Amino acid sequence: MVERAQTNAAKRAPARKTSGGSKAAGSARVLGASAGKKSTKGKGDKAQAKAPDAASAKPSDAQRKPKEAAEAKATKRSKGAGEPSAAKRKKATGSRGKLAGRRDELLGYFRKMYEIRRFEEESARGYAQGKIGGFLHLYIGQEAVGVGISAALEQEDYLFQSYRDHGVALARGMSANAAMAELYGKDTGCSRGLGGSMHFFDVANNFLGGYGIVGGQIPLAAGTAFKSKYTQDGRVTVCLFGDGATNIAGFHEALSLAGLWKLPVIFVCENNEYSMGTPMHRTSPVKDIADKGPGYGMEGVICEGHDVLQVKACMAEVVERARTGGGPTLVEMKTYRFRGHSISDPAKYRTDEEVKTRKAQDPLVVCRKHLAAAGVSDEELAAIEEEIEAVVQAAVAFAEDSEPAKVEVMENAVYAPLEA
Amino acid sequence: MAVQTYRDALRDAMYEEMERDERVFLMGEEVGHYQGAYKVSQGLLERFGERRVVDAPIAEGGFAGVGIGAAMVGLKPIIEFMTWNFSFVAFDQIVSNASKIFQMSGGAIPVPVVFRGPNGAARQVAAQHSHSVDGLYAHFPGLQVVIPSTPADAKGLLKTAIRDEPNPVIFLEGETLYGLKGEVGGADDLIPFGKARIGREGSDVTVIAWGRCYYEALSAAEAVAERGIECEVIDPRTLRPLDIDALVTSVEKTHRCVIVHEHLPYGGVGAEIVDQIQRFAFDALDAPIIRVGSRDLPMPYASNLESLVLPTVERVVEAIEAVTYAES
Ligand SMILES: Cc1ncc(C[n+]2csc(CCOP(=O)(O)OP(=O)(O)O)c2C)c(N)n1
Ligand SMILES: [Mg+2]
Repeated sequence: MVERAQTNAAKRAPARKTSGGSKAAGSARVLGASAGKKSTKGKGDKAQAKAPDAASAKPSDAQRKPKEAAEAKATKRSKGAGEPSAAKRKKATGSRGKLAGRRDELLGYFRKMYEIRRFEEESARGYAQGKIGGFLHLYIGQEAVGVGISAALEQEDYLFQSYRDHGVALARGMSANAAMAELYGKDTGCSRGLGGSMHFFDVANNFLGGYGIVGGQIPLAAGTAFKSKYTQDGRVTVCLFGDGATNIAGFHEALSLAGLWKLPVIFVCENNEYSMGTPMHRTSPVKDIADKGPGYGMEGVICEGHDVLQVKACMAEVVERARTGGGPTLVEMKTYRFRGHSISDPAKYRTDEEVKTRKAQDPLVVCRKHLAAAGVSDEELAAIEEEIEAVVQAAVAFAEDSEPAKVEVMENAVYAPLEA
Repeated sequence: MAVQTYRDALRDAMYEEMERDERVFLMGEEVGHYQGAYKVSQGLLERFGERRVVDAPIAEGGFAGVGIGAAMVGLKPIIEFMTWNFSFVAFDQIVSNASKIFQMSGGAIPVPVVFRGPNGAARQVAAQHSHSVDGLYAHFPGLQVVIPSTPADAKGLLKTAIRDEPNPVIFLEGETLYGLKGEVGGADDLIPFGKARIGREGSDVTVIAWGRCYYEALSAAEAVAERGIECEVIDPRTLRPLDIDALVTSVEKTHRCVIVHEHLPYGGVGAEIVDQIQRFAFDALDAPIIRVGSRDLPMPYASNLESLVLPTVERVVEAIEAVTYAES
């Protein structure tokens, strides 16, 4: 699988196109756009439609170990593999009939994404009131990524994120109470008030943390995947990070190792186009982050990160490949943050026009369209919103009422510190 | 003398030195178009252009190395770390290369690079963003470690750092100091390395403090002065080289010493100063020297805990009382 992706990349590099009109040679294919549909043959450029089909190239199944071969077949069957780039950039709105069958699933996504949105708005308020301190990086605009990823994972799979971690933790199943209490620095918080906004942890849900040093979590994810391969526990690790993080050593070393050892890990770059105040064209010589994958022996794929269905479909495929011994993938989620880098960033480096355009693709709006297509009424959604409102308000009250973080927790978790 | 913020004093130091010497350039994350994450490089891009004010991607190990390499062949780089916490991903470049190359090459290759940025805890930024790296980098021979507490020192010392050859300079600022105002020197007022500054004269206790802790020391000195204890507050300003003579002279006068620093207490500059003072001024001491530092723990997020870990004015006052055997 991995060797194939590499070879394919080399073969088709000059021919590649993406919907963004990039002229750069690259290898990334676009996944997830067929969400809600059966596997389709690409309707675009023929050469493209054929070349990126990772599941149809050599080495022949016979050349591999039997288990691998069987797994490769499984992957081959999974939908969406090898879809061409431009042709697959279609929206996943699908036919009304198809989505009607996914009504409950969609409602679940909406519920979670709305919870994240409202949670983040409340945390911004708590910050303004001085109840939350430190750095606060909101996930508003990127909700579909976290929720779509979680939907594609099993409970026992491992997940890592950067400091922009509230949304992903909630998507993974953390309670809004534990999340808000952490922001308030309370003992009932998910890290007992020790971590704060940037360092959420939730072992029960295998959410292995939010990390503050850019790229710091990426080698860790290769580590948990190493454990999975070592013990054959069948788990997959997903590691999120930003576009800016793909410039730091930890990213490159982790991909190097994961590619070499075919570890069951998916590296997910949430490309929100900016690292702090710097647009990606000033930090990266390549236009698509996905193009950084093949150099490390793994396929790079691009997914529209504002559409939860596409995210889910894309992740389902690459997670399956990782789970069945096919090795790692670098996934680039095209997304956008609606707020500044952190709460204290007024984001003056973007035009109102740009933000407005991107807000037209608000993950909640996109999801609402799917819901309408699935026959869900506005009243139904209003009822959900009301329910979520209660959850979020309860979380704030819970955080307010909880005990402050405890000295014993801070001291007892360190081996033999010097006396005060 | 002009009154300026610590932030503007740093900016002017860079501005003036870049005007003076074409070889000087600034590189780091958000230093150009964004005008600096803490606005320290405000206006520099407009004046000097993208050739000399270089926005770098998040690749500290890479651009620290670029700075060192460029310095080896004649440029005078200023490499900004958005905060010193992020220098750890560049640790190898600073320690294995910057600090060693001049000596390892038999003195053939100078490395006149300045690494600068804010050091120490801000507010509630938790374990990974709250390091004081002064003790860490002062450990390495070949590095000069500079940590100004006032706008005047910031400007004068940064100018010296930029002009200095052949050794690299670790220049430690403070996020909580950037807004501080004070008088600053002019374009030719350089402050030499290895010269401590007496911030307050006194006869009873020598309080040695640098960086942000200098202000905790001054506040504590003021508090105990009301009870008749007169502290001499000394800021060494550079930790390598260290003006041990000035420190010893003061202790010989006061016979008592408290050292205040933000860095972790296990080893470090505080412990080094204790060692030197007890060796050079043993007979002068009337009490054991006490260090007040951060507690020996990763920094917690919650503010109630953070304030227990950081050195505070109260803890400095307690230490002063202890060395003077005063009742609190
Ligand atoms: C090694 C390191 N350098 C710098 C920083 C400061 N910093 C925090 S977030 C950030 C931008 C990261 O951008 P990106 O990876 O695109 O993630 P996003 O914030 O957009 O999610 C920077 C420079 C850091 N935390 N760690
Ligand atoms: Mg980004």
